[in-house]
Amino acid sequence: MKGNAFNSGADVAAKRENAPHTSMFMRMLLRAAVLRRGRAAAALFAMVVAAAVATAMLNLYVDVQAKLRREFRNYGANIILVGRDGTSLPPDAVSQAESVVAGRGVVAPFALVVARTSDGQAIVVAGSDFERVRQLDRWWSVSNWPAAPRQALVGVRAVSVVSPKNQPFDLSFQGHSIHLTPAGTVQTGSAEDSRVYLSPADFVSWTGVQPSTVEVAATGSPEEIAATMRQLEQAIPAAEVRPVRQIMEGEARVLGKTRATLLAAASLIILTAALCVLSTLMGWVFDRRRDFAIMKALGASDRLLNGFFAAEAAALGATGALIGFVLGIGIAAWIGRVNFHAPVVPRFSVLPFVLAGSMVVTLLSAILPISLLRRVQPAVILRGE
Amino acid sequence: MFVRLVYESFRRQKRRKLLAGAAITLGVTVATAMIAVATDIGDKINRELRTIGANLVVTPQEDTLDVEISGVDLKPPSDGAFLNEADLPKIKGTFWHNNITGFAPMLPVNVTLQRDGKNEDITLLGTYFAKPISFGKETFNTGVRTTHPWWKVSGAWPDDSSRDVLLGERLAAKLSLKTSDSVSLSGRQLRVSGILSTGGAEDDEVVAPLALAQEILGKPGAVRRVYVSALTKPEDAFARRDPKSMSGPIYDRWYCSPYPQSIAFQLQESIPHSHAEQIRQVAQNEGAVLTRIEGLIFLVTLAALFASALAVSAAMATAIFERRAEVGLMKALGAGKFAVASVFFAEAALLALFGGFVGFAAGGMLAHQIGRSIFNSQITIAPVLFPVILVIAVIVTFAGSAAAIRKAVRLDPVFALRGEL
Repeated sequence: MKGNAFNSGADVAAKRENAPHTSMFMRMLLRAAVLRRGRAAAALFAMVVAAAVATAMLNLYVDVQAKLRREFRNYGANIILVGRDGTSLPPDAVSQAESVVAGRGVVAPFALVVARTSDGQAIVVAGSDFERVRQLDRWWSVSNWPAAPRQALVGVRAVSVVSPKNQPFDLSFQGHSIHLTPAGTVQTGSAEDSRVYLSPADFVSWTGVQPSTVEVAATGSPEEIAATMRQLEQAIPAAEVRPVRQIMEGEARVLGKTRATLLAAASLIILTAALCVLSTLMGWVFDRRRDFAIMKALGASDRLLNGFFAAEAAALGATGALIGFVLGIGIAAWIGRVNFHAPVVPRFSVLPFVLAGSMVVTLLSAILPISLLRRVQPAVILRGE
Repeated sequence: MFVRLVYESFRRQKRRKLLAGAAITLGVTVATAMIAVATDIGDKINRELRTIGANLVVTPQEDTLDVEISGVDLKPPSDGAFLNEADLPKIKGTFWHNNITGFAPMLPVNVTLQRDGKNEDITLLGTYFAKPISFGKETFNTGVRTTHPWWKVSGAWPDDSSRDVLLGERLAAKLSLKTSDSVSLSGRQLRVSGILSTGGAEDDEVVAPLALAQEILGKPGAVRRVYVSALTKPEDAFARRDPKSMSGPIYDRWYCSPYPQSIAFQLQESIPHSHAEQIRQVAQNEGAVLTRIEGLIFLVTLAALFASALAVSAAMATAIFERRAEVGLMKALGAGKFAVASVFFAEAALLALFGGFVGFAAGGMLAHQIGRSIFNSQITIAPVLFPVILVIAVIVTFAGSAAAIRKAVRLDPVFALRGEL
């Protein structure tokens, strides 16, 4: 009987001996989460929302530049290549420029001459690849793009001069003449309105003049565009490479200001979200001052208590951050689709920041109340004062 | 009793009230600042987009075709029609004159450059640099320095009443001339006040005050075209409709919206024998960019409002949850659900009003600071927003407290008093 009792005591002792030391710790952590589901869920919810908002804002902040740059490329060329001292460019200039840009932009050649109409009026005629122009100069308002040979695109102001009744017309250049049918009109509000546009094949066979200008709309950051310009200069030594400064400067200014505004907004939002987490979590920890007092009364060391609450906070922070990150990526993608009609690319580089930020906030909101409570005698707390 | 309860609650629980009040204040501050920024961002970005250049151009109505290749005007100077310089101040008399940030007249003239006994044909462009113009009682400065902000001058900008000129940088390099040299153009000795760099055709030209160009051309008051920089609203289907086909009220609405089309229409009305048109490259794209940025900031503002609403709710919920014992006591003493709830709602309303008031002021200041540091201009918050913000603050605080108050009034006083919840 006695031996039996001794045995069972030894059993328990042996059990305790063999059990991993962390098990009580883990059990306390788990129980704290399960038993006080409501409050734990509220704290986790606050954390998830904060992490989601932070992720979405940081993701947008990183991605907005790329999105807006794409919008700005609709302004057309940001680099112009012209022959030095007014000469034509070498015939391979377009293919050279194309290989330098290599898919990161649009290249369109333009050739210009002054021709005469049948009644002797001077008119500027341009030869250009319509497919490329359509991509480069999206603001052109064109009634109908030419599709067949010998069809011309006529500027709205030139219409009354060359073909007021939409009839075919003749143009002559240095004694050669060409018979053209108007396919449609182009309106831009600038020089294009006074011109007649032909396909490069028609233009070259008629005038023999090679393109004198190549317009390039290169995408990328200012550094990338500067590098593209240097490469273009090396690839086509006969050309002078000029930046279109008004476009580049305007783009840089608008992008800079938008990002700065977004950064200010993001900081405000993240600060608010962090404070929300802080107040919820601090309330939660304060609320459990009885647990704290009991643990202390049972002889838990300060280190263990700190460790316990810190581990709890870290677990909450990490879980919240991970769920929030996924949600935030979703929000950013949704904003991208709604506003830019292209999803915002998930930036995983944001994750460490969100994770670290969440942990810092949760740890802070656990440590602050604990350091306040530590000074109080457990008896006082247990008496409910 | 009710008043005393609320009053004592504020007097005795200063720390808790301060915390909840601070959360509401912060929430309202962020919301106010973001609303102010969001309502003003369109105008601010619109002004930044003006650095890309004018978005409207006014030309003579009966003009002949431009014969221009890479900036060189091949049209005979006598050819074509001109606008009258005296009509230009009327631009500031149009309905949307406050949206017109500047305009610059242009008059290209072919001149002969005499150098080492040789003659060379070049283009001289007459324009305003920063000319003071008065219309009615209003005076303002306008010219290329506002409409073409990417033009850079090393040296000094010429005065609009002087006979000084700017040399384009490529032309200056070709002639090896520098600032304060003199240049001989069509028999006139002109002083070079600076070297101009634009990255465009002007780099090969001479740019001079408009009066000088008119004198060389021999046509006082003549202007070829006028570039107008205006703050516009992104174009939509309504903007593209033909004003002639509209009935009275619809026409008025179209006329009074700052679409590129309607501003062009008004410019055409105010300048006789003119044709005004949008420069599609600038006007069309700025609408797209503007819509995107406004949309982005709008969505971000929604996120900010959501975050601040959440922060307020969290703070209120915590504050009420901490007072379970009090609720238990009130209920034990016979207070009904309504009495308990009304005490909490009264406290929440007081906190919201206080937080709304302070937060609105702080948010206004924050918006002002953001405007100053990012856009170098004021972002002012409309006083109309004050009651709106206050109402929103009260609603959000009520909504945030509602769940916690509901829980509190349902509390069994026995458990609450024993602290077993």
